[in-house]
Amino acid sequence: MLKQYHTDLHIHTCLSPCGDWEMSPRGVVEMSRDKGLDIIAVCDHNSMENAEAAMRVGEKTGVCVFPGMEICSREEAHILAIFSDPERARAMQEYVYDHLPGENRSEYFGNQIIANEYDEVLGENDRLLIGATTLAIHEIVEKTHALGGLSIASHVDRPAFGIISQLGFIPPDLPLDGVEISYRIPPEDWQEKVPGIGDFPCITSSDAHYPDDIGRARTVFLIDTPSPEEIRLALQGAKGREIV
Amino acid sequence: MIVKELAEQLELKVLAGEEGLDREIKGGYCGDLLSEVMAKAPEGCVWLTVQGHQNIMAVAVLRDMSAVILVGGHSPDEDTKQKADKEGIPILLWPGSAFDLAGRIYAGLA
Repeated sequence: MLKQYHTDLHIHTCLSPCGDWEMSPRGVVEMSRDKGLDIIAVCDHNSMENAEAAMRVGEKTGVCVFPGMEICSREEAHILAIFSDPERARAMQEYVYDHLPGENRSEYFGNQIIANEYDEVLGENDRLLIGATTLAIHEIVEKTHALGGLSIASHVDRPAFGIISQLGFIPPDLPLDGVEISYRIPPEDWQEKVPGIGDFPCITSSDAHYPDDIGRARTVFLIDTPSPEEIRLALQGAKGREIV
Repeated sequence: MIVKELAEQLELKVLAGEEGLDREIKGGYCGDLLSEVMAKAPEGCVWLTVQGHQNIMAVAVLRDMSAVILVGGHSPDEDTKQKADKEGIPILLWPGSAFDLAGRIYAGLA
């Protein structure tokens, strides 16, 4: 039966160097529950190493958690890759790590903390997660799709790190599943304020780096079960699935 | 000055879009944010950038540029080269920095 799911597909954790420690996997999921979210995706910069812990917290708290990441292309455009299970997300992470140069310097960029579902610190990631991969944007979209994931361009309305700011416009033949507009612009103004979105399906999400940010923007999907595949159908407006 | 003369004088490698080598250079522009270049680059300019994505050729056509120069040892994607050939706008390569090249071009045009 089709049901409405309140969804925030873009939340960072303390693994992102710009993320707050209060954004532990556990903290993120509990706050998401408190904000009335049914589905979230954990999308740290170029990594999914906190996503599985968040999934385990989600199983206990009744929030469906998708593992994902926010990948930075070589053109410095951010793009979300969202998966149904950790195996596929980990395969994507391997591909990203193979194309991600540099080491983090936490004194400049911040700490990159890996934690488990009990808020225990397991270690730090020493890669330069804030950096850009050497992957072209179409390579990222292709690999995401080959692994069955959703490919959504992040905050396309922003003056930096968005596909429109970096590439001037969205390449019309890029097979994105959708684009994300930031919380800053209300949905009724999207077409007027961000004409570059054209006919791409649009969602909004919080891009939360701090607990209070979570759920500040959300998308309500009318879908059958909480899965990336159902969300893909909703983005296409297929089989009765839709964005509410 | 035309693109061919510039390429010869500064030993820039011509990678694609040879048909446009007789385009007249009317100015220059440096930038890697395509949205900004699209809004501000003057017509007939040579554009210095590190971006190699195929959208650079759409921007070059839109601003009727004389050539695109990839600086810093960057190289264009394969489909970017095809677009350059199709549009007849040359893509040139420069291994050094945009600053160095821009200085030389500026001195040559002044």
